[in-house]
Amino acid sequence: MTILFVAFLACAGASALAGALMPRQGRVLASAVLLIGASTFALVLAGRVVSTGSDFTWSRSTLLPLGGLAIRLSPLGALFVILSGLVAAASSLYWIGYAHHSLNARSAATAFCLFVLGLLAVPMAGNVTTFLFAWELMALSSLALVAHDHARRRDAIAAARWYAVMTQGGAVAITFSLAGLAAHAHSTSFVRIATGATSLTSGAASTFFLLALVGFASKSGAVPLHVWLPRAHAEAPGPVSALMSGAMVNLGIYGIILVGRVLLHGGEQWWWLVVSAVGGVTAIVGALYAATSKDVKRLLAYSTSDNMGLVMMALGASGLTLATGHPAVAALALVTALVLVVNHSLFKSTLFFAAGSVHAATHSRNMDELGGLARVMPVTALTFLAGTLAVSAIPPLNGFTGEWLLFQSLLHALGAHGVAATITVTLAVAAVALTGGLTIIAFVKAYGITFLGRGRSASALEAHEAGPTMRVAASLTALACLVTGVAPYAVIGVVNRALDNGPNSPVAGWVTLRLTPLTGALTPLYLSAALAGAVILVVAWRALVTRASGYARVATLEPWGSGRHNQTARMQYTATSFGEPIMRVFDDVLRPDHDVDVSHVVESRYYLEHISYRSANEDIVERALYRPLARSLDWWARHTRAIANGSVHRYLAYGLVALVIILVVVQ
Amino acid sequence: MTPSIGGGVASALQLLWVLLAGPLALGLMRKVRSRLEGREGASVLQPLRDLRKLSTKQRTRPTDSTWVFAAAPVVLVASAVVAAAFSPLVTLSALLATRVDFVAILFVLLLGSVSLLLGALDTGTAFAGMGASRAAMVGAMVEPALLVAILAMSLGVGTSNLSRLVGVGVTTSTLAGPARILALVSFFIAILAETGRLPVDNPATHLELTMIHEAMVLEYAGPDLALVTLGESARLVLLLGLFANLALPWGIALGTGALALVGGLLAVSIKVGLVAVAVSVFEVTTAKIRLFRIPELLAGAFLLGVLSVISAVALR
Amino acid sequence: MTFRIAVGALRRRSRDAETFEAPSTPAASAPSLHGSLQIRHVDAGSCNGCELELASAFSPVYDAERYGVRLVASPRHADALIVTGPVTHNLREPLLKTLAAMPEPRLVISLGDCARDCGEFRGAYGVAGSVEEIVAVDAHIAGCPPRPSEIVSVLRTFTGQ
Repeated sequence: MTILFVAFLACAGASALAGALMPRQGRVLASAVLLIGASTFALVLAGRVVSTGSDFTWSRSTLLPLGGLAIRLSPLGALFVILSGLVAAASSLYWIGYAHHSLNARSAATAFCLFVLGLLAVPMAGNVTTFLFAWELMALSSLALVAHDHARRRDAIAAARWYAVMTQGGAVAITFSLAGLAAHAHSTSFVRIATGATSLTSGAASTFFLLALVGFASKSGAVPLHVWLPRAHAEAPGPVSALMSGAMVNLGIYGIILVGRVLLHGGEQWWWLVVSAVGGVTAIVGALYAATSKDVKRLLAYSTSDNMGLVMMALGASGLTLATGHPAVAALALVTALVLVVNHSLFKSTLFFAAGSVHAATHSRNMDELGGLARVMPVTALTFLAGTLAVSAIPPLNGFTGEWLLFQSLLHALGAHGVAATITVTLAVAAVALTGGLTIIAFVKAYGITFLGRGRSASALEAHEAGPTMRVAASLTALACLVTGVAPYAVIGVVNRALDNGPNSPVAGWVTLRLTPLTGALTPLYLSAALAGAVILVVAWRALVTRASGYARVATLEPWGSGRHNQTARMQYTATSFGEPIMRVFDDVLRPDHDVDVSHVVESRYYLEHISYRSANEDIVERALYRPLARSLDWWARHTRAIANGSVHRYLAYGLVALVIILVVVQ
Repeated sequence: MTPSIGGGVASALQLLWVLLAGPLALGLMRKVRSRLEGREGASVLQPLRDLRKLSTKQRTRPTDSTWVFAAAPVVLVASAVVAAAFSPLVTLSALLATRVDFVAILFVLLLGSVSLLLGALDTGTAFAGMGASRAAMVGAMVEPALLVAILAMSLGVGTSNLSRLVGVGVTTSTLAGPARILALVSFFIAILAETGRLPVDNPATHLELTMIHEAMVLEYAGPDLALVTLGESARLVLLLGLFANLALPWGIALGTGALALVGGLLAVSIKVGLVAVAVSVFEVTTAKIRLFRIPELLAGAFLLGVLSVISAVALR
Repeated sequence: MTFRIAVGALRRRSRDAETFEAPSTPAASAPSLHGSLQIRHVDAGSCNGCELELASAFSPVYDAERYGVRLVASPRHADALIVTGPVTHNLREPLLKTLAAMPEPRLVISLGDCARDCGEFRGAYGVAGSVEEIVAVDAHIAGCPPRPSEIVSVLRTFTGQ
């Protein structure tokens, strides 16, 4: 297995070198092929860890300070390596085609390779130092990728700034948490920390958990730390968005499980109430903004927040039931959380691939300017449709099983324990249900407005299908969504092994998923087969009656517009108008800005010269929380400037005062 | 339990039943409505005549539509009949009855709703977009109410399996707990909204600007329109049948014997007929509510569901 | 109260079928409609007299719906187009578009004398011509305005009910 690991490192390193050193011609191709190689080696390695159930370890104490470089790939980590590896391989393939549009500069290519390396290395880390190193590698390289187009787009700079602040703030919280744990255990090794954590006081454990939660939940886009996510995921180039949404956010979940469940052994009930509550709020806020967004990639990014919220609800339910002594429900909920993570990775990378292709083809992410792309980009449209159905939890795609498992987890969690948790779980079900409805609005809009109907602008009408590797990458992940939807045990089996559930797994079965020892069963395979059969029968009936009617040809007619002249594409519903009812329903929460400017002709106020309408739907958390925060920081910075006036004497005096204080404290 | 021949027969029976009972229920509801309006009204069989005629007409498609437009009615019908085949309508022992639960049925039906929404957006017209936008909003509000109602009913039984949920009423007499009644009321309001009945949507309106569901299907003609009508009506009787069986489970066949199936068929037909008449009477005496009052109605249904969950937990 | 209204309504009946002419055999060219006729109505410039009578034909008194006739919103759903009034210049194109929007087989029924020969409005500056001059008409219902019972009788020849 060491050979596999070394091969993985070598390929990843070589890809970064190729990105940095190769000439423009062939740079991306070489890097991408090497990255696919690296991902494959990592996949095989992780696959063997999952199938044998024993950890893979490798360490070089001289490579890093404080405990050195230590790799310990556990089955749980291996699951995340598999996910990152799959998404990375697909993204690299996609990148080959995407590089014709952008993301082909030396710096970008290197950062891309380092990003993939970081994504794969984080779950492999065996000690705190390695973990933080890999975490920072991932954070900084992705930051560079978000900012790489800054020369052309100002939004990219803003996004990078938000991302930098949030990700580094999160990293600080994680560092404090892990460093504290390591200090208590007198070792940076995760294994030692886990054994040492049993002697932690409840207050200390809670502090460390909450700090870690802040850092990791921010990475997963949890409200109110999510504000960077819709900006960064939307501004990042296509394959990078897919990596961020398909792989990077998962690692936040991995971190929560690592600290909460592995290092701190489940901890206390209220931790998980917090996780559930944060998850619920995140899911609703994410879904709401996805439903009202008109930027297709922003919509996908908010939906990522939403999905991570669902995962956190399942995680919360698992921790909650574990703490109250219902291990069977806890095991089911943990499996659910991981299945949701896997499903999300698959369909969200599909969606981001397709959205990236649309952006590359039309240079627009604003759905109000798109439309009718299904006719010019049929494959991209089909993959986006698969993603749409998957994220909306519709059979036979994979999101359906995840949603079903989530419902079962919550149902059984509700049957399991006391009053406070009952209310939380009931609200969680409400949040799941509301989220489900809003997700359908969001994605019917995303697919319907972008790909169906008629093109709303010249760029939409002149678009061309994406390049072959982009299509293949998106088709592969879309196919994975279908396969894991029809045969979800392909995912659940791996998750069971990763969690070491042994022979009495909480949910198992290739044909019929059965919960044990709880009650519940579902057969996605037969359902899908029945649906396919019914579709064939109905199509056959329609063909039969059409033939019998004597009108074999389907008449192509102008769309019915009440007989009016000049029915144009601009008269179609847009993303803004499609989301308008839901915007009105949630007006009190979203508080959108509407602006109507009417100017009259000079002669008479009865005749209008022109009307302009603007609507902005800024994130309420950003407006209510971060704007005042930024303003007060600004105020603080302006006023503290008085202290630093450039006088050397004064600085020397400060130094003296500081020294005196330190001496007093040390004494 | 392996799939059995009896279960297969029962499922086929249920599948055919929704296809036939759907149009008949539409006819019945229109008949009741006309009689209450003082008209003779069309025959109960009229929707079947309409379907027969539509199947002999030409198919049309709008200029810029794609395969999605043509696929939507097919998927609508397919999802409705699949959901019906595996639900406890005629018997508790239909095919896969133990392996398909309420949530699965709901999401299969959702496939039909989503395909209709996409089919509408594919036409590229303002009316269809408007209908889809409104229907999506109503659908998004209906789903929470439905899921919470299902959760509340499932809590008492410990599973969301539909046959168990219905069967528990047959085998025990502890059916009418407050939790279940509240959940059923919530479920019923959600059904009315989901199937586009008054007071949420007026199925008989001719004014595009007041339409929700009808606006989405303005572009369909001939066999496609027949499929849309068939699918919609099948969904209606399926949901009404589920409601009827959850509220009054008596009469449903327990096994798959020939006599039991005939009895179950009669029972479900009568029950759905009664509920359909009740819905129709209610529709005549009520007016459509404003579009932006619908969320309030559905939020009410949702709150009833939450109350039901809490009472289910409290009374356990 | 509601109950009494309901019972009263149940007792009321539409005018007896015998007051109308029994359905005569439909024209040979008419398609088989299996007892179902959906109608889209276009007012091409009528004085609204015919509209009132058409509405009346579907009222509780005459109740054309019992013979399988229904008014629909979309021409895609319709089998027949009922056109009233002389065709004005402004409505000429919408009329043609509506007809073109209907799936085959489709019928055109002109309603009222104006639809046949423009009646009072013949030669008016806004009138483009009678319905027959603009589109091919399959059936005509005469009268200024036609009686609802006559409208129902003609529609019954198409539904055969």
